[in-house]
Amino acid sequence: MSTKACAGALGIELKEMDEALCCGAVFSNVSDNLMLHSGPNRILARAQAQGNALVTLCAGCYNVLKRTNLQAKRNSTTQDKINTFNEERYTGGIDVLHFLEILRDKVGFDTIQGSVKKPLLGLQVGAYYGCLLLRPFDEMKFDDPHRPTVLEDLLTTLGCSAIDYPMRTECCGSYLSVTSTKTATLLSQTITQSAQLHGAKMLAVSCPLCKYNLEELQNRSDVTESERLPIVYFTQLLGLALGLSPEDLGLEFKQFQTIQDNVKTVEEDAIQQ
Amino acid sequence: MKRVGVFICHCGLNIAGTVNIKDVVDRASKNPDVAFAADHKYLCSEPGQALIGESVKQHNLDTIVVAACSPAMHEVTFRNVAQTAGLNRYQCEIANIREQCSWVHDDSTEATQKAHVILRQIIEKAKLNKPLNPISVPVTRRVLVIGGGIAGIRSALDIANSGFQVYLVEKTGSIGGRMSQLSETFPTLDCSICILGPLMVEAYRNPRIKILRLSQVEEVKGYIGNFKVKVRQEPSYVDETNCNLCGECAKVCPAEIPNEFDCGLTWRKAIYIPFAQAVPPAYVLDDKSCLGLLPRACGECKKACDKFGTGCINLDAHPQVHELEVGAIVVATGYQMDEAVKRTEYGYGAYPDVMTSLEFERMLSASGPTSGTIKRPSDGRVPKEIVFIQCVGQREPETALPYCSKICCMYTARHAMLFRHKVPDGQAYIFYMDIRAGGKGYEEFVKRCQEEGGILYLRGRVAKVYEENRKLIVKGMDTLSGRTVQIPADLVVLAVGMVPSRGTHELANVLKTSLDQNGFFAEAHPKLRPLESATAGIFLAGAGQAPKDIPDTVAQASGAACKALGLLSSPTLEREPTVAEVDGESCSGCGLCLLLCPYEAITLNPTTKLAEVSEALCEGCGTCVASCPSGALTLRNLTDEQLLAMVTAAVSQ
Repeated sequence: MSTKACAGALGIELKEMDEALCCGAVFSNVSDNLMLHSGPNRILARAQAQGNALVTLCAGCYNVLKRTNLQAKRNSTTQDKINTFNEERYTGGIDVLHFLEILRDKVGFDTIQGSVKKPLLGLQVGAYYGCLLLRPFDEMKFDDPHRPTVLEDLLTTLGCSAIDYPMRTECCGSYLSVTSTKTATLLSQTITQSAQLHGAKMLAVSCPLCKYNLEELQNRSDVTESERLPIVYFTQLLGLALGLSPEDLGLEFKQFQTIQDNVKTVEEDAIQQ
Repeated sequence: MKRVGVFICHCGLNIAGTVNIKDVVDRASKNPDVAFAADHKYLCSEPGQALIGESVKQHNLDTIVVAACSPAMHEVTFRNVAQTAGLNRYQCEIANIREQCSWVHDDSTEATQKAHVILRQIIEKAKLNKPLNPISVPVTRRVLVIGGGIAGIRSALDIANSGFQVYLVEKTGSIGGRMSQLSETFPTLDCSICILGPLMVEAYRNPRIKILRLSQVEEVKGYIGNFKVKVRQEPSYVDETNCNLCGECAKVCPAEIPNEFDCGLTWRKAIYIPFAQAVPPAYVLDDKSCLGLLPRACGECKKACDKFGTGCINLDAHPQVHELEVGAIVVATGYQMDEAVKRTEYGYGAYPDVMTSLEFERMLSASGPTSGTIKRPSDGRVPKEIVFIQCVGQREPETALPYCSKICCMYTARHAMLFRHKVPDGQAYIFYMDIRAGGKGYEEFVKRCQEEGGILYLRGRVAKVYEENRKLIVKGMDTLSGRTVQIPADLVVLAVGMVPSRGTHELANVLKTSLDQNGFFAEAHPKLRPLESATAGIFLAGAGQAPKDIPDTVAQASGAACKALGLLSSPTLEREPTVAEVDGESCSGCGLCLLLCPYEAITLNPTTKLAEVSEALCEGCGTCVASCPSGALTLRNLTDEQLLAMVTAAVSQ
């Protein structure tokens, strides 16, 4: 919702894909069961028929589809088998992109800076990358796997002060929130607590599952409501800065309140500097 | 009619295992040109050589062909045998039936046939060989040593003490190299500069050693025994013989820049002394950092020197180019540390308390930035918990250096031990992959650190280093217990790898010598000729050839000096006469060979306008022979006639 709104405001045309399937959630490394590659290959084959690039908003889907795409480009006997089974031939004809890449490489942060109407001055946001956006590095080639900067660069463009905290590339727990809630809670709390310790007032994420884990596992834990760290998807902050309304961006009231409480006016910001 | 003797070597089973020797001997005997054929289990052995010598006399042979290993291995051996037996040494030829036959084939019948053909060709060639005499060239009995570290100093001293003149070229303002930066050395913990300093002074005082500081080799021409070298020396702006080290110049200098000697942990002025024990003992003006040299806007140092010092500063100094003539070159350019910033997971550059081992080394040093006290760069506190990470960016072929730098296990153990000496209530942790302590007294030293020093060795890699509550959290794996560990440390020290010094690649181009896949100087043979480069007359010493510790470096430096001395031991040098020659009748003077000769051995005679080959320069590669449009060039003992005879022998039934 927020991405569509932002894309509209920045003049990017996004088309929702027809007949999309589930990507399978995890890129399969199993060598003797190629069935697990069938789904993502079908998605890519169908996307190819509808356009020349497939944009994802989820780091997990991005990881699976990008790696499936690379595998298809290698054009091995494995790919032949998958294609024969699928009856939808795919050999790597489209680009798989994360929406962050569109903003960084196609639009450019400089252009975005020019379109910012309500800068989120002084808002202390922690960027959260998680693992799937960056790793495995030799295949994803998204940013430095240990010290990425793309989200921070975007946040600074919007006027926020990006908080550096060490846990921003750690795993949120992924699907362990279903099978082993305890472990996932431990993992996601390490992240939120580290961010709070370094002064973050909220986290900007690039993956819906990360958002769910970081948010929901806090809600379920014994962390009091006032101590919980609001989690937003990065386009929600982008949208606000572009002057869109919180309703258009799906921002919850409390999240919006946190932002309003922490954003400084131009004058306040100037005084502080 | 020639009387050819053929000798076939079994080389144990190296040749005889695949090639049917008896069959080769029988077929060789039937060759009408062969007067005598025999075989031996090891022809290179004393009885084997004796067999050849006796047969020459007994059967009155005038040419011999030895079918054995590669001529690179034993051509000289068998030519010496021929010479001793009274033949011209160039009447002896080698047929390589080991490297080019038995080692590379499995099928005995085919290998035997091939050995026979190889032998038959070489017999044809040998029949047409002419007796030749080695070319004698004079040797310039001086040596150039490039690099003024411990390797260069040791080589220079050994050569100078044997009575020969040495030029010691050093890039920086002082000799001493990396060793001068070290605080102590393993495994004895003796002070590095205390054992290096006297050698530096000895080199400085030795009348046969000329130290050229701030210098780089720009051009090398010539060949073994007779190199012509151009060395560019940047001005130091300070007369090193007059400077009395009063330091008045540095007091007034307004420019401050990070001090390279302390790895940037302290500041120095633009006019500075590289370090307290610097040799030559003189200040240097770093003209790249000076704020007022061109245009002359400052000059405070000169004013101070004229007023309080000896007036030894000359701000109008210019670079000098020294043209040197030497007979041998020792390359001792050493190493530098790999860049730690490349390993972003360890947070070097992001957190001030993550440092490299060389920076830590400076901190341990009594002359270092903290006068030997260990302090955290961030807040100056003495660290209690310290983590050392070994193999940083090493032994990782995909993402970093593929090799092991060999010294890190030892210096890390030493660092941890010294930390314990200085901070008795501190705790040191070392993350390692495996401990490589091969060397005299090394294993014992590491054991001592583990047992007496109370140092905790954790076998595993560190995944991440980050800061939390002013502590560096080191997250890693202890693979022996199979658990992840998390250590809140005050200081983290990274053992980054050794890489060739900056400029090694450019120097290799100037010297026309080769580098290995990691950018170190390549030796002529990894086992048998480790001190020589692939280019004759250029020898290698120290860590510029491969990562190594001080004892190995010193040993190699003395070895390289010995090799250079061997070259200088006689006033002339014998070179192979199998070089190209020009037939003046056929040469048209087109000059094509001049352009192609890789050794610049061919010139056009100014009066006759015909090509001339310098016998001293020619390496006998044959490029000019192949290119000559009028067929005026020939290679001695590898003429067209010989080649044709060999080809005929190869294809005849």
